[in-house]
Amino acid sequence: MSGEIVRAELLSCSYREGQVLEDISFQVERGDYVGIVGPNGSGKSTLVKALLGLVRISKGSASLFGTPLSNFRNWSKVGYLPQSLHLVNPIFPATVHETVGLGLLSLKRFPKRLNRADNIKIDKTLCELGISELKHKLIGELSGGQLQRVLLARAIVNDPELLVLDEPTAALDPETRDRFYAMIADINNSRGVTVLLVTHDSGAIGEYASKMLYLDKKILFYGSFDEFCCSPEMSSLFGEHSQHLMCHRH
Amino acid sequence: MNLLEILSYGFIQRALLAGTLIALLCSVLGVFLVLRRLSLIGDGLAHVTFGSTAIALALKFYSAMSLLVTAPIVMLASLGILKLTEKGRLSGDAAIGLVSALGISAGIILASVGGGYNVDLLSYLFGNILSIKKEEVVIAGFLCLGVMLLLTLYYHELFAISFSDELAKVSGIRTSFINSILVLLTALSVVLAMKLVGIMLISSLLIVPAAGALQLARGFKVCIVLAALQGCSSVIIGIIISIMSNLPASASIVMVNLLFFAAACVVRRIIYPRNSN
Repeated sequence: MSGEIVRAELLSCSYREGQVLEDISFQVERGDYVGIVGPNGSGKSTLVKALLGLVRISKGSASLFGTPLSNFRNWSKVGYLPQSLHLVNPIFPATVHETVGLGLLSLKRFPKRLNRADNIKIDKTLCELGISELKHKLIGELSGGQLQRVLLARAIVNDPELLVLDEPTAALDPETRDRFYAMIADINNSRGVTVLLVTHDSGAIGEYASKMLYLDKKILFYGSFDEFCCSPEMSSLFGEHSQHLMCHRH
Repeated sequence: MNLLEILSYGFIQRALLAGTLIALLCSVLGVFLVLRRLSLIGDGLAHVTFGSTAIALALKFYSAMSLLVTAPIVMLASLGILKLTEKGRLSGDAAIGLVSALGISAGIILASVGGGYNVDLLSYLFGNILSIKKEEVVIAGFLCLGVMLLLTLYYHELFAISFSDELAKVSGIRTSFINSILVLLTALSVVLAMKLVGIMLISSLLIVPAAGALQLARGFKVCIVLAALQGCSSVIIGIIISIMSNLPASASIVMVNLLFFAAACVVRRIIYPRNSN
C-alpha cells in the first residue's frame, strides 16, 4: 500500500516571540518511520502540533491523508503521544484501563459509549504492550516508563494509520528508551503504521527510523538515515559525529 | 425534637429534597472543575450571581422569578470567563478574578443605587435553604434533570477534556464546545446553589466533595460516585444538625462536608500509606 499520509507546503508558524517555523515543505508516505530531530527551540514540537491542528499555521498549508487540515475529521486514523510529563496530572483518578479507553473515543459517534468489544480491545492492547498487570492501577501510581507505555496504548488502541510521538522518551533512562524505540519500530513494521517521532536523540533514533528530518526553524535535511549521515550539511553541523551516528546504526 | 418529627415538616422535606438535588449537581460538576484546575469558577460565578440578584431585585423579580434574570447573566459570565482564558491571554484564575470583580462591584453599586442593602440581597449572601418554596423545588428538580442528562450524554467528552485538552482535540472532540457546556452547567448549578448555601459558600459545594473523593477514588467513575455521595450526605446531615442545634444551615452543610474531607484524608493514610504524601 502506498499513499501520501502527511504533507506540509511552505508551512510557517509564529508565536509572539517571532517566527518558529519557516517555509516547511515535506511529504510523508505510508509506512514511513520519520525521526524529527534538531536542537532545542528548533520548532520540532511546534511542527507536529501544527500538523495536528493544535497550533495555528500562519502561512502555507498542511494536509493529512490527502485532506486539508481544516477539513480533516477522520481523527480515528491518528494516534498522538505528547510529552507525557507535561500531560498527566498526578492526582487524576483514572485507572490505566479508563485512560486507554479514551483513545477509542475518536471511533465513536454521539453519545459516545464504550461497550464490551471496546473493553476487549483495551485489554488486547495492554497485553500487546506487556502492561496487562497495570490495568487497575491509577495513572498517578505509574513509573515514567510504565506511563509512557500506557499513553502509547492509548494512542494505538484505535488502530491508527499515523502515529505522532512528541519526545516520548525525554524522561526515560537509556535502556527503557531503547526498548521504547524498538516497540515503536515493531508497531511500524507489524501494523504498517506510519510514524512521526520527535526526539533530541538523533543517534538512537537513527537505528530505527527510515527517514530523518533535521529541523532548525527551516528544514536542513530530509531523507534516509544513511544520506543524513553522509550529507555535507550534516557533516558541517556534526563534524566527526555524523560518522559516529552511522556507526550507531551499523 | 426527634428525627422523625423533624422529617415530618414540609419545609424540611423541601429543603432536603432541593438540597440533595443541588448537591448532586455541584459535586459531580466539581470533579471535572477541580481536575481542569477551574475550582474557583464557582466563587467567580457566585459573585456574578450577587450582581445579577441585585439587578433582579431592582426589577422586582423575587424568589423563583429572580432565576429568570440571574441564570442568563451568570451563564453569559461563565462563557466570558472561558473566552478570556482562550483568547484574552489570561490564565483561568485571572479570568475568574476579573469577572468576579465585575460581578461583585456591579452588585454593590446596584444595591447602593437601589437604597442600600436590603434583607433579600443579604439572604442570598448566606443562603436559606429552609425557606425554599415549592415552586423553587420544582425548578431545581427540572434543572437538575436537565443538567444530569447532559452530563450523562457528554460524560466521555468531559472525561477526555479533563484528562487533556490536547489529546481530546486529536481524538476529534470539539473541546471549545464541551468546555462551554461544562461552564454553562456550572453557572446553572451556582444559581441554584445560591439558595442552599449562599453566595459566600457556593464554591465549597463544588470543591470539597471532589477533593474528598480524590483522596479515595480508584477510577474516574468511582470518583464521581464518591463525590456525589459526600455532597448529598453533607446536605442531609448538615440540615438535620442545623435544625437540632439551631445553627445556620449553610455553614452546617459546609462544615459537615469539610469533616467528610478530613475523614477521607485519614482513611487514605490508613488504606494507602505508601501513596499518602
